[in-house]
Amino acid sequence: MNIDMLTTAVYIVAALMFILSLAGLSKHETSRSGLTFGIAGMALALVATIASLALNSWGSTQSTIGLSLLVVVVLIGAGIGLWRARVVAMTGMPELIALLHSFVGLAAVLVGWNGALDSHDVPADFIGIHHGEVFIGVFIGAVTFTGSIVAFLKLSARIPSSPLMLPGKNLLNVGALLGFVGLTVWYIITPDIWLLVAVTVLALLLGWHLVASIGGGDMPVVVSMLNSYSGWAAAAAGFLLNNDLLIVTGALVGSSGAYLSYIMCKAMNRSFISVIAGGFGIPKPAAPGEEDEGEIHETDAASVAELLKAADTVIITPGYGMAVAQAQYPVAELTQRLIAKGVTVRFGIHPVAGRLPGHMNVLLAEAKVPYDIVLEMDEVNDDFASTAVVLVIGANDTVNPAAAEDPGSPIAGMPVLHVWEANTVVVFKRSMSSGYAGVQNPLFFRDNALMLFGDAKDRVEDIIKAL
Amino acid sequence: MARLGIVKEGAGETRVAATPDTVTKLLLLGYEVVVERGAGAESSFPDSQYKAAGAIVADKKKTWASEIVMKVNAPTDAEIAGMTPGTTVIGVMAPGLRPELLAALAKRGLTAIALDAVPRISRAQSMDVLSSMANLGGYRAVIESAYEFGRLFTGQVTAAGKVPPAKVLVAGAGVAGLAAIGTASSMGAIVRATDPRPEVADQVKSIGGEYVAVEVDEKMASSDGYAKATSEAYDRRAAEIYSEQARDVDIIITTALIPGRPAPKLLTESDVASMKPGSVIVDMAAGMGGNVAGSKAGKRVVTANGVVILGYTDLPGRLPQQASQLFGTNMLNLLKLVTPEKDGKLSLDFDDVVQRSVTVVQDGAVTWPPPPVQVSAAPTVAAAEPVTPTEQKTMSPLRQGLLRGLGLAAVLAICAFAPAPLPQHFLVLMLSVVVGFYVIGKVHHALHTPLMSVTNAISGIVVVGAIAQLASPNIVVQVLAAVGVLLASINIFGGFAVTRRMLKMFSKGGNS
Repeated sequence: MNIDMLTTAVYIVAALMFILSLAGLSKHETSRSGLTFGIAGMALALVATIASLALNSWGSTQSTIGLSLLVVVVLIGAGIGLWRARVVAMTGMPELIALLHSFVGLAAVLVGWNGALDSHDVPADFIGIHHGEVFIGVFIGAVTFTGSIVAFLKLSARIPSSPLMLPGKNLLNVGALLGFVGLTVWYIITPDIWLLVAVTVLALLLGWHLVASIGGGDMPVVVSMLNSYSGWAAAAAGFLLNNDLLIVTGALVGSSGAYLSYIMCKAMNRSFISVIAGGFGIPKPAAPGEEDEGEIHETDAASVAELLKAADTVIITPGYGMAVAQAQYPVAELTQRLIAKGVTVRFGIHPVAGRLPGHMNVLLAEAKVPYDIVLEMDEVNDDFASTAVVLVIGANDTVNPAAAEDPGSPIAGMPVLHVWEANTVVVFKRSMSSGYAGVQNPLFFRDNALMLFGDAKDRVEDIIKAL
Repeated sequence: MARLGIVKEGAGETRVAATPDTVTKLLLLGYEVVVERGAGAESSFPDSQYKAAGAIVADKKKTWASEIVMKVNAPTDAEIAGMTPGTTVIGVMAPGLRPELLAALAKRGLTAIALDAVPRISRAQSMDVLSSMANLGGYRAVIESAYEFGRLFTGQVTAAGKVPPAKVLVAGAGVAGLAAIGTASSMGAIVRATDPRPEVADQVKSIGGEYVAVEVDEKMASSDGYAKATSEAYDRRAAEIYSEQARDVDIIITTALIPGRPAPKLLTESDVASMKPGSVIVDMAAGMGGNVAGSKAGKRVVTANGVVILGYTDLPGRLPQQASQLFGTNMLNLLKLVTPEKDGKLSLDFDDVVQRSVTVVQDGAVTWPPPPVQVSAAPTVAAAEPVTPTEQKTMSPLRQGLLRGLGLAAVLAICAFAPAPLPQHFLVLMLSVVVGFYVIGKVHHALHTPLMSVTNAISGIVVVGAIAQLASPNIVVQVLAAVGVLLASINIFGGFAVTRRMLKMFSKGGNS
């Protein structure tokens, strides 16, 4: 047994641990052991890699420089990573994850470049394939990198989240893909370094354009899509380096991201292509005279408190607005008070609420709302009809009855929370502006809907006071 | 300020067009409200309550002389003759079936608003008397059948032996049908339901019924829905199902109606004859010709083999208090619409689809049917829209197979022509993708964010590649690799740490 065989064996065990890790995360009860598996798998893989590096080239100058570099940068990286993880606010989770995706993307680009610069030990009959692999790896990595950077900037509101509308944007995307194929073929025939530069720039531009032309409300899909890309980037690096662990892990991450994107798209009743192509953010002209006129019923915190006191069942449906207003703590306190009074309180979470898959769950968990009363849309949708009061906190399109009832609406057919079936709906809202989709919400004009204007956090605190 | 007259209905009608509750709200619209003496008596709303609500209780003559007369049923010829020209009368008119009524109203110079002519758009739901009454009718149909039925609905095991539950078949899962399904299943019966629209299956299930599908080879596109008549093969299979069910069930409630046409015949005489003695049929469509052979509108019929067929047409009226309340609320919502200024002045805006549709006679001219362009605007969109998604989703099996075949052929070609390590890599890749999909597919929705941050940390595995390159003799490569290791390790440590932080927060109720 030599060190390489041992390394391979360790890699297989590590790959298995990653699978166990993802499997463990499927349930609340096993989620922590899942995380432990993930960390252990990563630790094993790292130890094996470093050991094989050290033993294979012990004593040479490069190895000494390499190992000392390794120790230094891993320490720096670990420091930065742990520090960011400790200080990030739960509402800032989408930004952090987008930023981390960009690191994987950039790392994959660097690995690809190194593969091109350092290809002396590649067998001659394999060099063409090796060049193809370099290109694919660099391309995916670079798209992930700039895409994630743009997503990060949009999510942290450093650039406006409205979609960028370049003329012929679909042509640009398809053109970039064709250009990539052409450059790859060229590079396989005549491997020149400037071609590698060209493809990197092309991919960077494509990643930037892809995400820039998608609006803020589609960010859950975008973030999980980038997650998927970062996985494929790792898998491509695995092909390049002849490393099965990278392929397995990359494919796991890639398929997980793709699956999450699929769930998100289904929740919005849209095809993946239409999200990627963007353009959902353009407000369509409302059908003349339909639904968008009517009278709203404004209310105040004291009356809502009265309403809640008299209710037997309450469902709270939070949206991105709750995250923006940081209202999860007062909402959790309100929930506790109501439960103490014997009111049945549950949460109904729409799959695309927030800016990240499962975003609302994380925020509510942060505020110590027990997870067994936080339900999915499908679990809670049939119960609205028998619910006394629904509190809609910072959600709009996900509770829009037009999606279910008005076939002419731009969001027609999107599954929504049927809050309007409850006896009374209280909508917390900053103003009467329409939601992300630019569609007016007829819910606000329903007779059983009460509007409570103002900052969600302040209003919920007012209600707690009145209780 | 106009005067609203709430008149007493004719014999056999228990409902009234306004209740003390809705009167209060009508007054807020600026109207003066006059209630005929005894108008609400059958619905248990005494005159004193109307008076307390702010209405004037007056005699018949004064009430009928109001500018606006509110009724449940359409006025009779004698009543029309007694009205002053220019009066507006609101009620249920069945304009499509009673052209002679519209002519009579027009001849007298009246304006007539038919509450049963509101278009089927969501904005008009609050005034749709057909829905609100059908809901009550469905409930009452079950109650009537329970009264006639000589057995319990719910199954019981008692010391005196076992009692099987009643089996109920509801034909047509519209508003009335769904109400009947819900009522019967909450009373403990086994409920089955039929409907030509397969998309109602979920609704039926959601309220405790079992959907009996009519399965025929040629698929009836649901987008065609009701508009077209069902195909011959479908009808034959449906008839077989009704015959099978009739032999099996104890109670049948039929609610099948097609707008503007006589009710479809669902149960033949031989079906009825095959039912067990003591079985009950409620034909809610009896007033429209009936779904059941032998049913008589408004009558209770007992067949030779002891099956009771109820053809009551006044089912909602048998719950007069709530029927009046719901009817009154529909009426109130209509008046809200036509009194935009709340100044007690009724003004009809013909640019509004709803107002145009309900106005069947205006100032002595018949305005029914409303112009098709305007009214059908919503329905055409409704018909056109769902077609596209269904086509997208149900890609033809041929095309699907072709795509799959192409995909597999591509994989085959790549693996067959690729040199040594590539096919093994592809195998690993394929298997991992499949495993990934299965593992991720089971992940609880609430854990999606932690899942994403863990996968993110794991994808930092690209560090392994970068580490291997650190020992390269090329200094440029070494520096680039070091940057790669730095980035990937931020990812690994940050991703795992943030996941741990998140998972710590998730706690179950009780132990937090």
